[in-house]
Amino acid sequence: MSADALAGPGKAERVLRLARLSVSFASDAGAVRAVREAGFEVRPGEIVAVVGESGSGKTVTLRALLGLLPSTATVTGSATLDGEELTSLRGEAMRQIRGRRIAMIFQEPATSLDPVRTVGWQVCEALHAHAKISRRAAKARAVELLELVGIPDAAKRVRSYPHQLSGGQKQRVMIAIAIACDPEIIVADEPTTALDVTVQAAILDLLRDLRDRLGTAIVLITHNMGVVADLADRVVVMYQGRVVEQAPVAQLFAAPVHPYTRRLLAAVPHLGQGRSADVDGAATVAGAATVAGAATPSAEVHDRARTGPLVAASNPAAAPSAAGPALGVQNLVVDFPGHLGSPNVRAVDDVSFSIAAGSVLGLVGESGSGKTTVGRCAVGLVPATQGRIEVFGTDLAHASAGTMRDLRRRFGFVFQDPASSLNPRASVASCISEPLLVHKIGSDASRRARVIELLDAVELPATYAARYPHELSGGQRQRVSLARALVLGPDLLVADEPTSALDVSVQATVLDLFRDLQQEMGFACLFISHDLAVVDLVAHDVAVMCDGKLVEVGTTAEVLGHPQHPYTRALLAAVPVPDPAEQAVRRKARAQLLASRMGGGF
Amino acid sequence: MSAVISAETTGLEAPPPRRRGIPGTAVLRQTHGLQRGILIVGLFMIMVFVLVAVLAPLIAPYGFNDDRAHGVIFGTQQAPSAAHWFGTTVGGQDVLARVMFGARTALEVIVLAVALSLLVGVPLGLVSGYIGGRLDRVLVLITDALYAFPSLLLAIVVSIMITGGRSTPLGGILAAAISITVVFVPQYFRVVRNAAVAVRHEPYVDSARITGATPTRIMFKHVLPNVSQTIPVLATLNASEAILTLAGLGFLGFGIEPSAAAEWGYDLKKALSDATNGIWWTGMFPGLAIVLVVLGVTLVGESLNDVLNPLLRTRGGGATTADEAEVAGLDPDGSLLDPEVAGLGADGKPLGPDGDGLDPGDAGPGAAEEPA
Amino acid sequence: MAVRILPRSPLLRYLAVRLALIIPTVLILVTVVFFFMRVVGDPITAALGGRLSPDQLAARRAAAGFDRPILNQYLEYLGRLLHGDFGTALTDRRQISEVLVTNGAATLELTVWALIVAFAVGVPLGRLAARHRDRLGDVSIRVFAILVYAAPVFFLGLLLKLLFSSTLGWLPASGRAAPAVALELQNVTPRTNIMIVDAILYGDTGNIVDVLRHAIMPALALGLLTAGVFIRLIRINLLETMRADYVMAARARGVSEAKVVRKHAFRNALVPIVTVMGMQIAMMLGGAILTETTFEWQGLGYMLTHYLLARDFVAVQGIVTAIAVVVAVTSFLIDIINALVDPRVRY
Repeated sequence: MSADALAGPGKAERVLRLARLSVSFASDAGAVRAVREAGFEVRPGEIVAVVGESGSGKTVTLRALLGLLPSTATVTGSATLDGEELTSLRGEAMRQIRGRRIAMIFQEPATSLDPVRTVGWQVCEALHAHAKISRRAAKARAVELLELVGIPDAAKRVRSYPHQLSGGQKQRVMIAIAIACDPEIIVADEPTTALDVTVQAAILDLLRDLRDRLGTAIVLITHNMGVVADLADRVVVMYQGRVVEQAPVAQLFAAPVHPYTRRLLAAVPHLGQGRSADVDGAATVAGAATVAGAATPSAEVHDRARTGPLVAASNPAAAPSAAGPALGVQNLVVDFPGHLGSPNVRAVDDVSFSIAAGSVLGLVGESGSGKTTVGRCAVGLVPATQGRIEVFGTDLAHASAGTMRDLRRRFGFVFQDPASSLNPRASVASCISEPLLVHKIGSDASRRARVIELLDAVELPATYAARYPHELSGGQRQRVSLARALVLGPDLLVADEPTSALDVSVQATVLDLFRDLQQEMGFACLFISHDLAVVDLVAHDVAVMCDGKLVEVGTTAEVLGHPQHPYTRALLAAVPVPDPAEQAVRRKARAQLLASRMGGGF
Repeated sequence: MSAVISAETTGLEAPPPRRRGIPGTAVLRQTHGLQRGILIVGLFMIMVFVLVAVLAPLIAPYGFNDDRAHGVIFGTQQAPSAAHWFGTTVGGQDVLARVMFGARTALEVIVLAVALSLLVGVPLGLVSGYIGGRLDRVLVLITDALYAFPSLLLAIVVSIMITGGRSTPLGGILAAAISITVVFVPQYFRVVRNAAVAVRHEPYVDSARITGATPTRIMFKHVLPNVSQTIPVLATLNASEAILTLAGLGFLGFGIEPSAAAEWGYDLKKALSDATNGIWWTGMFPGLAIVLVVLGVTLVGESLNDVLNPLLRTRGGGATTADEAEVAGLDPDGSLLDPEVAGLGADGKPLGPDGDGLDPGDAGPGAAEEPA
Repeated sequence: MAVRILPRSPLLRYLAVRLALIIPTVLILVTVVFFFMRVVGDPITAALGGRLSPDQLAARRAAAGFDRPILNQYLEYLGRLLHGDFGTALTDRRQISEVLVTNGAATLELTVWALIVAFAVGVPLGRLAARHRDRLGDVSIRVFAILVYAAPVFFLGLLLKLLFSSTLGWLPASGRAAPAVALELQNVTPRTNIMIVDAILYGDTGNIVDVLRHAIMPALALGLLTAGVFIRLIRINLLETMRADYVMAARARGVSEAKVVRKHAFRNALVPIVTVMGMQIAMMLGGAILTETTFEWQGLGYMLTHYLLARDFVAVQGIVTAIAVVVAVTSFLIDIINALVDPRVRY
């Protein structure tokens, strides 16, 4: 089907070439230059990763190729496909390029498919856009394409609407649409960012497979260095609208030249190089995390502590507490009422664990695993349907209002989204001091002093007290969130994906800060994250959740180093590490793991 | 580390001016070109309306119910002349005087109606939206039913209730205002309630709850300030509807007694038969007055909506300018921090909403999570 | 739980829930109207007070049952409504249900004419405005939309009358048909009271033309008002969906701009548009009252004004209640259309 593309390495002139491409946007305050003289090439069958953080101009650069920028944009410089200038194409001429020669896959499969059209209709639309083809032939081809991208039962699925498919399936449909007209180049804009890590691995496999089979070149826009290491042949690094470095993937990771590239790579957390590598977990001191509820141990849980109290990596800063664990969760069940007429949804199913005073438990799982619900339950935001939650030995369900008030002074919470976790109408000072005010602690002056003290602790200048959240960056806001959570000097902190909305380099600084503060103040922490590498950095112990159930719990070294449960293994295997050589090995291992599981499942 | 932080904050040393002061000027500053023109025209029309309403007793040539001056009878249905610029009505009153005093009536009713509906609708919506539960469901059902009902009919029914179908002295302006209030309360309720429901699950509200803040504190400290930005738009748009409803009531004979106050709708009703006979001035001027005032208020409302409603903006904000400065701050020598790239204007002020759109697709790596 | 009694299919479940919602909606409106109108006193006194002696009034009140506890009256009223009995007008002794059928037909006719105008003007202009966002075409269409919204129907009607009737003499100033034609059409069987249908059944071209000429101005007055709302609605929602990711995705796969607008943006914009349009149709009944009064179009609104001025609140209550039922049923029909447009509701 793609004889052209497979025509062989001899025809190397088929090439996408960007030269001094600049894009600026008209705005109230004059022109804003988003891309500055970017230049690189994409050769047939090559996978080129364009990496950079927010605002680096990577998306804008590639949207400019297809004329998909808003009307406020001005494009200068040149982008040629086989010598044909793309930037000057308009109307029908540009339409001929879109989808037929350069196709695009977007970040959010959930919003990139038209919700009121069937997926088959949308694949057919792509076919009809560029070929005179009968309706029936188009439909047959659509089924073929959906099969090609690995959608099970494609003949039936063509009639599905997007909302009936999972996120990964939707992205597969987007890929089917992209390859419908045998384009020479597919531009994939963060194709796996919105997906879970296991789904991400499968989509990356599919993209690699398509390149191998169809010879399509792929331009991969991403911020994830693991994905780059997994898939790319060559890497283009963008920073503030400029291309600062380009190199073959192995060379880039081994010997980055530009200081920004070096910084970026240093900031990426690498699975297996955090606490899991510190000690061999079978040693040391106090019972940090134990699987509680020994009376009815969940059969699924790989309980490493059945023979006795679990021994975990110790935290020297925390003295073993006589008052028992900071947080004890026993056989927790949480049901959410279903929509009108449908049954209740069980978000958390018989989960038990505990966190010792002063230690950090990383709770990991994919979307829908119920990990966030556990966190919200722990601070009383969501009522437990069954089971017990004990905070410092007090049962939340039976606590009186007064006890509850006292308890609340002892916990803090950090939310995922720094943009929405601070009241936009309140100044930084009033955000941070609110808990003091609520609990009527101190005078105005002492509260002000405490705010300054905490701003200092999270390494923000005292002048920030008067600012408003919208004036801060994401990382700064997350620091303020942390300050607010710590203002009462809590003994337990629940952090729900505190860094997942941040850029990699910012994430690194916030994680550093978190580790320092935890060492200094010695609070216990439930650290919820989907990112195993991040958890590896901060957690003493790790608990893994899947479909509402806790499948494995133990020290970080044990769980991440020697996973017992098949799900944990699959999860670990799916994480791409930012090292092309290591990742190639891991990829083979994962393929074997999947092959060995065929038929069995877990 | 501290070096990183200081670089992170470069370019943001001077805190940007906060958006405080007279709301109108802040909005005006956010507009440009055509939109600003529309807003200014609308504001101008409202200003003229308010001035005429307030100064009516001073600037109107005659009283609104006068059919004679200095013993000279005006005569009925007189065409516009030097003495009566807009002519006279079928009842022999001066049309210009009635139009001017009609502005007074309209202003009084609008102010009363909008104030009353705000007073009732906003707290009701706030409580219902934040507390939720059964109370919320019942209130939503009731207000939805009332909302779907033709507003003029509802106003008529309420007006009957208040006046008992008889005209009372009080039945005038207050009755009309209350009738209109009943129509609008469901609208305020819906908007505020929906906004409160949306805000209720925002992390900053959750965070206050975790701290142990009382519901009252949360409602007034966290929910209300973030809900209130929808209110000016609604109030403006409602003001124009209030004028139309008042005129509709007057037109059907349910407004204000003609001898108690001048009312445009009533005058239009009286002018209806004139129109058939080719007498245009009795209806034209009160009608134009309604159109101009509603137009002015609607223009302002639309502009406010365009500016304040993020849905209609060119693009919702993703990364802020400070984010770019933050990433930029990681550069080892820090010299790459070019104010233009960092999205800062010459005065260090972050760009407006349009400036946020530097990199449309580059939302940060967000992880989808289960619904809470 | 009530879960069990609901159908399994999501679409049927959705429709069942919506259908069930009509009941409380109607009940609330009927109750509100009943109590609002009774709070001030009994209808007999309001209608006939001053014309009859106190003794006579008391006798009439007792005869009509208005002297009993209000709650009894309310329940009894509900019971009678269930049987389609809306009561009898106090002033002219007409059965309200008969008024609803006869004059309701006239209102229906006006509403349909106005809807035709609203769609014919509103939909194309709304799309045009969205396509030419912030350019001259868009701005003039928006100004037009605001102007027709800002002009009360009765003022617009008055202007139309001044222009087409008294100045140009092209169209009749009021009524639904010339007296002679109306008289002729009384003999049509079956008589629908929908003038245009009656005229067609009668079969005389002159009559049809006369009926149409009478309909033009009222339809324009009421239709343009609604068209203004449609324009704004379509423009805003189209602009909204034009910014959606799937629109960019469609463009990126080489779909032409015209097709992107037609097949993706407009179809998706229909979802909110249908909902608001449905509400707007209910609102048109309010506008119909004013239009009918302006043009002496003898529909429900015209009768309502008539009874209002006569202080015949039994009749008023009957008509308002009937309109409440129409509103609730309309919103259910809109829900059905919504399900057809939006697959997320269907599955």
